Amino acid sequence: MTTELFTGAEMVVKSLSALKVKYIFGYPGGSVLDIYDAIFQQDEIEHILVRHEQAATHMADGYTRATGEVGVVLATSGPGATNCVTGIATAYMDSIPMVVLAGQVASTLIGNDAFQETDIVGCTRPIIKHSFNCRSLTDIPDAIAKAFYLANTGRPGPVVVELPKDVLIPQNKGPFSIDTDIKMRSYNPNVKGHTKQIKKAAQTIAKAKKLVVYSGGGIVISDSSELLTTLVETLKAPVTNTLMGLGGVPGTHDQYIGMLGMHGTLEANKTMANADVILALGVRFDDRVTNNVEKFCPNATIIHVDIDPTSISKTINAHVPVVGLVEIVMQQLIDELKEINFTPDKDALSLWWQQINLWRNVKSLSYQQDENEKIKPQRVVEAMYKITNGEAYVCSDVGQHQMFAAQHYPFAKPRQWINSGGLGTMGFGLPAAMGVKLAFPDKHVICITGDGSIQMNIQELSTCSQYNLPVVIVTLNNRSLGMVRQWQDMVYGGRHSSSYMESLPDFIKIAEAYGHVGIQIDTLDELEDKLTQAFAIKDKLVFVDVMVDEKEHVYPMHIRTGAIDEMWLSKGVKA
Amino acid sequence: MRRILAILMENEPGSLSRIVGLFSQRAFNIESLTVAPTDDNSLSRMTIATKGDDKVLEQIVKQVNKLIDVIKITDITDRKHIERELLLVKVSAMNDKSRTEVKRITDIFRGNIIDIGKQVYTVQLTGDADKLNAFINALQNETEIIESARSGCVGMARGDQALRI
Ligand SMILES: Cc1ncc(C[n+]2csc(CCOP(=O)(O)OP(=O)(O)O)c2C)c(N)n1
Ligand SMILES: [Mg+2]
Repeated sequence: MTTELFTGAEMVVKSLSALKVKYIFGYPGGSVLDIYDAIFQQDEIEHILVRHEQAATHMADGYTRATGEVGVVLATSGPGATNCVTGIATAYMDSIPMVVLAGQVASTLIGNDAFQETDIVGCTRPIIKHSFNCRSLTDIPDAIAKAFYLANTGRPGPVVVELPKDVLIPQNKGPFSIDTDIKMRSYNPNVKGHTKQIKKAAQTIAKAKKLVVYSGGGIVISDSSELLTTLVETLKAPVTNTLMGLGGVPGTHDQYIGMLGMHGTLEANKTMANADVILALGVRFDDRVTNNVEKFCPNATIIHVDIDPTSISKTINAHVPVVGLVEIVMQQLIDELKEINFTPDKDALSLWWQQINLWRNVKSLSYQQDENEKIKPQRVVEAMYKITNGEAYVCSDVGQHQMFAAQHYPFAKPRQWINSGGLGTMGFGLPAAMGVKLAFPDKHVICITGDGSIQMNIQELSTCSQYNLPVVIVTLNNRSLGMVRQWQDMVYGGRHSSSYMESLPDFIKIAEAYGHVGIQIDTLDELEDKLTQAFAIKDKLVFVDVMVDEKEHVYPMHIRTGAIDEMWLSKGVKA
Repeated sequence: MRRILAILMENEPGSLSRIVGLFSQRAFNIESLTVAPTDDNSLSRMTIATKGDDKVLEQIVKQVNKLIDVIKITDITDRKHIERELLLVKVSAMNDKSRTEVKRITDIFRGNIIDIGKQVYTVQLTGDADKLNAFINALQNETEIIESARSGCVGMARGDQALRI
């Protein structure tokens, strides 16, 4: 019996098949042509040809955020690989699993400044979870299997696999085998919370009079929103979500007090500031949440649960640190609370909620829309919410529109809200939405964007035509880099240095040029009808260009260097 | 405060650069760093001397531990431990006086003159950082230092404690 022999390129594809990969997002080039040839000769995995490698990374990322499955990117050496850097960093900051297969020049040429040679392993070192360089044919299956394992366990993140041309070529063949049951002596994602710490956490919670649950992206990544909701309902305490954690509890739940942080609700930030115990679940006390760390919640005992020990006590000291997977720790906590016969202190709880309701009554998200004036961006988001029944996937770019969407579209479920929270990457929205639409062709998938952001990956309209990805793009067009402009208004004496968008293109014509439908909305009276019309078109991408009030600011907003609850509520009005 | 960290990691290409990259990326201080394979060739042992307050040190230890290649890291500073560094120093030995003085100081510090040139002596000394500094000072008072090279410290806990897999 002879064993069948395979080229490295074939091994790449066979390894991905063995790992049940459905899609590769990529762009061809010299060093990876052998892989493209291998892809051509099979039909288990579909390759999606984007128009820029950055979009491949964001598309894989969006696909992953919506489905939980690891996204795979393929790029050629040199410029192809460096074009992935922003997308890798975006995934890294938000702990999104991703495997990036990057071509490389032949091993014999590495170090010679060969054509299209860049040290992509070196370039990406600070923005990846790990990387592999395949030096020989037999390294390939192992490296790919390990890359998937590392990307998707513990705190997830992107992994780069570098593939030199000489390990891929047809002249070089070997037997194929892959072991997907990975064990690594240097890597044991610590999964269960320490019993002693769980007990301590439960006791701290039991003694609390003003408890708040602060939960984040960890809940979404681990698909544990139902467990979180159960926990929160046991505690009867208020719960706030981070920008990355929206949908972690239903946005309409009566214990939900909105997003916290820089553009969070007043009630969320006030509740944090006045709490005596903060139960932090899958969060990292980002500076956009805490505001000035020196003034952060001085009276609170902090219980911090996270899978990544480096996140604990990095910026804010945790009194009760618990390292572990948040879904497991929450279950441990629920069990322990039962064990100690936990019932919330009724009187304390009712006082606490009375107080919170006073903050709620301020209605910090309210805004002023006059019927004859320009459309307020918030109104557009509200209309979208109504028309899509609150059930759409909303993929955002970065800027004011992102914050308006986060504030005014109460997400019912996790994975519904997809945005670049950690890195804040303009250009993320459209390719991310494409990844989601590919996974869920029958769902409403919205790309909410700005006139600035959409132009950072607008070439992907072409990919949408090729693969029939009818997302609905809603551009809150304020003829400016609104978020920059807002800061310039508030901090730089209204000097709008390079924050306006002159010579904007006719987006409708652009959409049409790619074979899509364009819808222009200029006035309030046509807003709902035209948006309804846009969402009724199922088989074509619709680009909705909405002219909104360019003077509108996002409120509430943290007052810089202040405490978490020191906020601007509107122009010139402090909380 | 000065801290000595002992690290055991996979002896893989790229491991060292991940550690060094981490220190520069997160603005951690490196006073010295030594690395070599252990008796088990699949492992590398590294000693890093660094500075920082408790909070920074906690982050350094956690961040290094988070690197996939790293198997173990311990801070041996507060334990009973052995710390050694190797110094090679080439000094001017032009006349009888300087030759005698170098020989005398070397003997006092229990170093060895390991090479001689027409006008130079090369001396080897091991010890902790303080001893090496004192030796260099003493030499400087008597003669001219032409070249010196220090290995950076290697460290190990005393007694039965061991950093191994
Ligand atoms: C790639 C990138 N470059 C620059 C920025 C800084 N930035 C943040 S928001 C913003 C303005 C975004 O403008 P637009 O997309 O029109 O959104 P708007 O704020 O107007 O809603 C800029 C430039 C960024 N986040 N990402
Ligand atoms: Mg804009």
